[in-house]
Amino acid sequence: MKKQDIPQDKSALDGYSRELYYVKGDDGKFTTGLSSGWEVKASALENEWNDINKEIDEAKQKVADGEKSPIYYFMIKNLMDYSLLGSYMGFWRCKIKKHCKPKGFSKLKDSTLEKYANVFQVAVEEIKSFRG
Amino acid sequence: MKSIFEHTQSAHCENGVVVNLLRSHGFKEINEPLAFGIGSGLFYVHIPFLKLNNAPAIAFRTMPGMIFKRTNRSLGIKYVSKKFKNEQKGEQFLDNLLNKDIKVGCQVGVFNLSYLPPEYRFHFNAHNIVVFGRENGQYLVSDSVMEEATTSDKEELLRARYSKGIYAPKGHLYYIKDKNVNIDEQRLKKAIVKGIKRNTRDMLHVPGPVAGVKGIKYTARKITKWREDLGLRKAGRYLGHIVRMQEEIGTGGGGFRFLYAAFLEQAAELLEEGELLKISDEFVKSGDLWRSAAIDMAGVYKGKNSEQSHFLEISEKLVDISEVEKNAFQKLTKLKLKL
Repeated sequence: MKKQDIPQDKSALDGYSRELYYVKGDDGKFTTGLSSGWEVKASALENEWNDINKEIDEAKQKVADGEKSPIYYFMIKNLMDYSLLGSYMGFWRCKIKKHCKPKGFSKLKDSTLEKYANVFQVAVEEIKSFRG
Repeated sequence: MKSIFEHTQSAHCENGVVVNLLRSHGFKEINEPLAFGIGSGLFYVHIPFLKLNNAPAIAFRTMPGMIFKRTNRSLGIKYVSKKFKNEQKGEQFLDNLLNKDIKVGCQVGVFNLSYLPPEYRFHFNAHNIVVFGRENGQYLVSDSVMEEATTSDKEELLRARYSKGIYAPKGHLYYIKDKNVNIDEQRLKKAIVKGIKRNTRDMLHVPGPVAGVKGIKYTARKITKWREDLGLRKAGRYLGHIVRMQEEIGTGGGGFRFLYAAFLEQAAELLEEGELLKISDEFVKSGDLWRSAAIDMAGVYKGKNSEQSHFLEISEKLVDISEVEKNAFQKLTKLKLKL
């Protein structure tokens, strides 16, 4: 790739940084250049986030339908699965699964709720009052 | 405490940490391609059965931590590397080093790093930064993928150093032991030759079908079946994942192939071996092919191309890439590199 071919497309990096490319200069030797983004991969990342946001919406609906607890919603919103949330909480995944159901959630101690709130970086009240 | 530290941007975080740490210890000649090449950073692996974020586990570079380890060992540089189960101890240890004006490499998870764009903050734990001081309660952070040095507060950095999941850092930190690092030319040349030899081994001779140049063909075979086995939508998502692994901030473009070509260009000059320059061009070719394959893959996940024939075209391109790289590494093997 040549220096003048470095893509300068709009991407999620906008306002944060540019990324470094290793490219050929006019003298045929390697040099570096900065890129604001490349549309080809920006669209891959965008697709990924569309999928994630869909999952988050679905999780919200499940809480509204009484199928899942707020813990489930915050887990999905934080891009976690049962086992990752389990390692943050120090619980087995089956215990997390239980807390993700409305019945298990209603029995949660305040101290456990606080621990969840700390992992999700929200107030306990925000979890408690979440209705989907 | 205000600290003297020069932040150098790099394509990849681990190379960047090697460069930033070694330069701050006086080894000014080190640069990213050299660190990458001496650390034998180029690789390819497609791990079957393992899924990361619901997509195939594919890597274009060697295992996290290896570049730092290999580069320092090959150059005979002593370093200290520690993990701490206890978060307070991990924090205390870092603070003590900073008080002594030691620049510290830290492994972190990116999910909590607020200076990164939100779209990039996944639960990825093999990121590396240099913490080079403290000012007004903020840690001074050199994240080499960023244009400028930045800061992170106490809580954020602690969360990042104790993120959980695959490759959980567990407070992992590392620093160079000697105050001044002096590398003579002979040692540097030797490290370069070793780096090249180790990289040819990794790309040509790892047993099994999934690693090195064979691994690229393995992915090529898989791609021919994705459309039928997974459906168009999921298959597209898988291709998008390959493109992200290959091109997302950190690779220098073309899945690290341009970076490796830049290394060989420098090696050609240092070792006075013109043949290396020709082989460097072959990695440029490979990098260009990878990027061309990425454009084809984007055609699928953007919904423009949906036929099996498009998947076959991508697959064939990957087979070509595998051949180009196999050829280049075989030429590297045959070279008699003199010191």
